[in-house]
Amino acid sequence: MSSGEMRNGRAILLKNVPQLDPASFRTRIINSVVNQRARIAAMFATPVLEAMEMFAVLANDATGKISLVRTELTGDSFNSIVQEVPQAHLFEREIAEQYGLRPEQHPWFKPVRFHHSYRPGHDAWDRSQDVPIQPAVTDFYQVSGEEVHEVAVGPVHAGVIEPGHFRFQCHGEHVFHLEIALGYQHRGIEKALPGGPHLRTMYQMETVAGDTTIGHALAYCQTLEALSGTAVSARAQAIRGIALELERLANHTGDLGALAGDVAYLPTASFCGRLRGDFLNMTAAICGSRFGRGLVRPGGVGFDLLPEHVEDLRRRLTAALVEVKEAVELLWETPTVLERFENTGRVSMEDAERIGLVGPAARACGLARDVRHDYPTGIFRFVHVPVMTAHYGDVNSRAFVRWLEIQQSVQFILHQLGTLPQTNISNQQQALRPDSVAVSLVEGWRGEICHVAITDEAARFRRYKITDPSFHNWFGLALALRDGQISDFPLCNKSFNLSYCGHDL
Amino acid sequence: MARVHQGHRTISFPKGEPPEMPDRFRGLPQIDPVKCKEGCRDCADACPTNAITIEDKVKLDLGRCIFCTECVDACPEGAIAYTQDYRLATRTREDLVLRGEGLKLASVLDTRLRKLFGRSLKLRVVSAGDCNACGADVNVLGTIGWDLGRFGIQYVASPRHADGLLITGPVTVNMRHALEKTYEAVPAPKIVIAVGACAISGGMFATHEEQCGGAGAVVPVDLFIPGCPPHPLTILDGLLRLIGRLETGDRIPSKR
Repeated sequence: MSSGEMRNGRAILLKNVPQLDPASFRTRIINSVVNQRARIAAMFATPVLEAMEMFAVLANDATGKISLVRTELTGDSFNSIVQEVPQAHLFEREIAEQYGLRPEQHPWFKPVRFHHSYRPGHDAWDRSQDVPIQPAVTDFYQVSGEEVHEVAVGPVHAGVIEPGHFRFQCHGEHVFHLEIALGYQHRGIEKALPGGPHLRTMYQMETVAGDTTIGHALAYCQTLEALSGTAVSARAQAIRGIALELERLANHTGDLGALAGDVAYLPTASFCGRLRGDFLNMTAAICGSRFGRGLVRPGGVGFDLLPEHVEDLRRRLTAALVEVKEAVELLWETPTVLERFENTGRVSMEDAERIGLVGPAARACGLARDVRHDYPTGIFRFVHVPVMTAHYGDVNSRAFVRWLEIQQSVQFILHQLGTLPQTNISNQQQALRPDSVAVSLVEGWRGEICHVAITDEAARFRRYKITDPSFHNWFGLALALRDGQISDFPLCNKSFNLSYCGHDL
Repeated sequence: MARVHQGHRTISFPKGEPPEMPDRFRGLPQIDPVKCKEGCRDCADACPTNAITIEDKVKLDLGRCIFCTECVDACPEGAIAYTQDYRLATRTREDLVLRGEGLKLASVLDTRLRKLFGRSLKLRVVSAGDCNACGADVNVLGTIGWDLGRFGIQYVASPRHADGLLITGPVTVNMRHALEKTYEAVPAPKIVIAVGACAISGGMFATHEEQCGGAGAVVPVDLFIPGCPPHPLTILDGLLRLIGRLETGDRIPSKR
């Protein structure tokens, strides 16, 4: 098969990825997205001999097929597709920043993370390699006029959250435009991966976004298993599924509490703040770490569930659901909460589709996309989790989708606990295959996590691309604020609750 | 009614017993160098963060340790094992290096600072390249289960309102300037607390040029709380020791 088509969690030989000329590469992506409703799951560049190669991973939710295409660039630029395919905007900026390839005609051409080019001498903004780059020092979009003013927030915020810089163009309370500049959390994860896997790679994957330890660890392990042809036992797949859903439960519950806190509704804020911890402690009961460190490992899982764990988890989970239900339903019964949630921070379904939103943020706009349903791997091939959607794309919809998903996740875990297969939990990982490419998608609690690994002739990583759902979704937050009130920013921000470090890598 | 059902949930620690840790919790590692075979360096070779070095005997740097199980699995003699002990915080970087002689826990601030901060400590939390896990378990201390406010400790919104900084993450190059400015904005006298392997040593990112190798490379640190991430109880224990609210057991002896 040289069509470059594959399924999630599989690998193909690199030579089977079609090599298109730059113009056909461009047409192919535009055609797939515009006419066939595919999404760009990832787009990236990597050096090949003296030139540069660009890859696109196109995911078609309706067919569950993933198509890989590539093109070779000899110069330091390519024609942007952003005018036709807006969801490519950040990928093209990232390619420019990492490898000095300039997307011509890009309408919003700025750095992403504020670091030097990985190819010294090739900088898309002609900056010298010797001059330090200051984060968020760039041209911001500006509105001018009498009484129009600019509000700058961050990088250090008032709450205990990660750093990022937000620029609002305001007229009084009214927000015309929000621009988000990130990069403060940039730790150089992707740059360190070629030549790997290294000793610390598994651990760095667990910290791409610490609140998504299971999600990213799973995406990474699926990539290695695909590249090495390692089978994962049924029991390990079930335990991975339980861990992934516990992670979703902890974060969704915590966020519903935080949303309540942002509208000064303290009962739900207090109850959910504690209940989030109960879910984290369930993960700790399995593997000793509240964030699931050490649980997902290539070939299976690092910890088994003993009969007493199963009983204990079942009891704790059932009790937690009763308490979460009580705490969360207070929200829908309280007019002052609904008044603040409803119609705040709306993103239309059309915009969500054009900018490529993923996860609960997309489902809240009515887009039924969920990796567990559309590209199932592991346990999700056998047990189907219904896709939960809402329709208005506002804070309330994003909150309500989370609550629906909490209920589904609890049911899923309870079912798994009752039907755990009696097999081993770990198989020895086989050697990686050379000159291959693997794609691994996982529905983390924020949405689609995409890992792509390309091996060289020595079966080491030639390129490893990580796309956290936040990378797709940050622009959604900016859109949600448009024509809203600046005082609604904390609430909108929390309703997305995106990762800074997952974006900055 | 919800208020009645949900009940009073604040832990009784430190008056009562600390909450029970899960069976598989990985607390303070214990090394028994007597068991080490001559010339064996299996644990050091397996460690993903170079926390273990072998000079004449094995040495484990808690400031780099991410509490994984690679060394335990690699050791043919069973010389390294995790205990359930959650107490890990120290006052100096050097105290974090275990040589098989136990761990010297954090001591209280000097008399003047204790008088100032002992019953009211306001902290500005700065995330500087953390993965959000340390941040999350720092934040959780503010929830009703832990209720940090009952010790007079509070996270505040501005460095100008703060008595010190609590830093997570290896301090990325892109956050260095913001951290320096935040530190300058805190009125003296001030203290700095580094939480997690990244903030203490750069952790698993220590070799990356995009980061500075921890908070200590940028500002002076008064309290080190190791872990990846440290359990909330570990963080609370460290904070309480610093302000003199826990004075029992200032050293964890080696179990030999």
